[in-house]
Amino acid sequence: MAAVGVAGTDQYNFDIVRKFTIMALVWGAVGMLVGVYIASELAWPFLNFDIPYITFGRLRPVHTGAVIFGFGGSALFATSYYVVQRTCQARLFGDGMASFTFWGWQAVIVLAAISYVLGYSQGREYAEMEWPIDLLIEVVWVTYLLVFVGTIMKRKQPHIYVANWFYLSFILATALLHTFNNLAVPVSLFTLKSYSLFAGTQDAMTQWWYGHNAVGFFLTAAFLGMMYYFVPKQAGRPIYSYRLSIVHFWALSFLYMWVGAHHLHWTALPDWTSTLAATFSIMLLLPSWGGMINGIMTLSGAWDKLRTDPIMRFMIVALSFYGMSTFEGPMMSLKDVNALSHYTDWTVGHVHSGALGWVAMISFGSLYHLIPKLWDTRMYSEKLINLHFWLATIGTLLYITAMWISGIMQGLMWRAFDDFGNLQYSFAESVAAMHPYYAMRAIGGMFFLTGMLLMVFNAFMTIRQANAQGARLEVSPAKAAA
Amino acid sequence: MFNFKHEWIEKNVGLMLIATMIAISIGGLVEIAPLFFIKETVEKVDGVRPYTPLESRGRDIYVREGCYLCHSQMIRPFRDEALRYGHYSLAAESKYDHPFQWGSKRTGPDLARVGKKYSNEWHVQHLNDPKSMVPPSVMPRYPWLLTTALDYSDVAERLKALRQVGVPYSLTQGEYDRNVKDFGADVAKMLHIPDAQKNLIAQAQAGNFDGDRSNVSEMDAVVAYLQVLGTMVDFSKYDNDEFVKFR
Repeated sequence: MAAVGVAGTDQYNFDIVRKFTIMALVWGAVGMLVGVYIASELAWPFLNFDIPYITFGRLRPVHTGAVIFGFGGSALFATSYYVVQRTCQARLFGDGMASFTFWGWQAVIVLAAISYVLGYSQGREYAEMEWPIDLLIEVVWVTYLLVFVGTIMKRKQPHIYVANWFYLSFILATALLHTFNNLAVPVSLFTLKSYSLFAGTQDAMTQWWYGHNAVGFFLTAAFLGMMYYFVPKQAGRPIYSYRLSIVHFWALSFLYMWVGAHHLHWTALPDWTSTLAATFSIMLLLPSWGGMINGIMTLSGAWDKLRTDPIMRFMIVALSFYGMSTFEGPMMSLKDVNALSHYTDWTVGHVHSGALGWVAMISFGSLYHLIPKLWDTRMYSEKLINLHFWLATIGTLLYITAMWISGIMQGLMWRAFDDFGNLQYSFAESVAAMHPYYAMRAIGGMFFLTGMLLMVFNAFMTIRQANAQGARLEVSPAKAAA
Repeated sequence: MFNFKHEWIEKNVGLMLIATMIAISIGGLVEIAPLFFIKETVEKVDGVRPYTPLESRGRDIYVREGCYLCHSQMIRPFRDEALRYGHYSLAAESKYDHPFQWGSKRTGPDLARVGKKYSNEWHVQHLNDPKSMVPPSVMPRYPWLLTTALDYSDVAERLKALRQVGVPYSLTQGEYDRNVKDFGADVAKMLHIPDAQKNLIAQAQAGNFDGDRSNVSEMDAVVAYLQVLGTMVDFSKYDNDEFVKFR
């Protein structure tokens, strides 16, 4: 280990951060590969190969689980453990507990993926894990909360830094959502199968309260926490407005929890609930843009960095996609727009402009900043970071453009009438019309995946290079130090 | 006197935990809790009954294969959806659905009222090879449904679990009598858990869903489930705007 690495083991627990960083890269590659595969299945259905385990219906939760909880989750564990230690100037509370969250979380992702391909599913989007896995998540998550709060309590600074508010809010909200959305009665103690406690309308409302806040807290609040540490660090400037961060933190935490029912417009859910959700969705635009503005304006006075620093570019483009998709979201939650967009690919495109454009890009930027610090070296190749940036950006644009076209086309074809007042198109005709856009989406995904693989390669070479340097150093100064 | 400073929260993690917990709890409480208490949330309508043992096993397979990821079961109150799929879905029609399967995406068409629209033979052929019935289809083929025997050994256990979450399957004579009153004798018999296996086999034999009476396949169960979707309520008995007041 190099000099800082040695110091690191005393002052900070970076070992756990390294582990989670590596797994974020691994799950990113795996999850995006599965994503490209299922996108291809929709464009070229022969890829289902009549094999039950790899049909679209079983692989789709593997994709969402691996990218959201595997890639996103591991990136959040890594960065939150890093940020909380650095901003509190305290070593992580409970090495053993932190290690348990690592192994526990990885077990969750692997077990979930295996159970999905075998056909075990709760039938709830993004919460397909059956009850034993849900219990494991519960234990891991409470441990995570204890480690995080324990570290904050050890802090040497009087103030809790703003990034930690967002991480804390995300940890609490995820615990709340996970617990109530997964209430179920197992068929027996020896089977994975269970039935949800709620039915029909109430079940739908609970699921989308969970579903949208998985987006709101897991994929937004937490990544804002990441943004609040790594953007100022990379820019070398303080956060644009401290006051704005206070206002938008509380507004975001409060408002998000109301908006889930906009996934249920025009359904059998009572009107009052979905109207309330639509109203709050519009209001949510303000704190969302508060976060975007705070992030982007942090760069004011250092805009030239965008020309020279590909990591900064990742972060600013991420914030731009965040701003764009948090404008698109409230718009799609208007009932009249939703009447067209719901059930179509437009929703899928919207999710991915958030997931690829915002979540993945801010993670890439943060991890590129973090990896050299963790292994006390430089990134192996700056050029590859730049190439990754362009592949990711082009991939995202191809993806969301394809889904805009196919989504709006679907919506319009389904509601088109001919001169005699009959439906103009059969459903099958709308499926046939989607083919070129499904192919385009798969290609966009391939661009994004290629970028991800470059990052894995770049990180691997960086770590190898660091280990080689460390081995050279160990010959003399490390021995002397010991 | 009471001069609040945000700094208090910033310096006290306990206070921050409490304040955050309050901020994130209100939305869910206001929107979810009332749905369990406001009676009009789920309207009263004749005909809606729990699934028979065979249909219920078919539904399990529907969930297992992730059908909900491409098919919705929730028709919205629009003219085009009325023409394409039928009467808009009522909350009551999924009141025994654990979990709900309204879905969020229509890569394929809505299935809320697919029951009785196509013959059993059509469904079997379509599930076996969707392109043979609908050439532009992107649906995977499900040949294993026909070749896999349905495992109904634990069907009673499954219905018991559903009974625990509130579906009125009967275990006792009292519960059976209640079902006779609520659903009629024929339905009540199908909902009696001690006879679940017998009823499942009998329905598969009588319905002959997969075209092969010699065994009970997973195809039998799936087709039985698809054929009952949306058929329980007889809308000809109700005025056109009968259900508007519940929305």
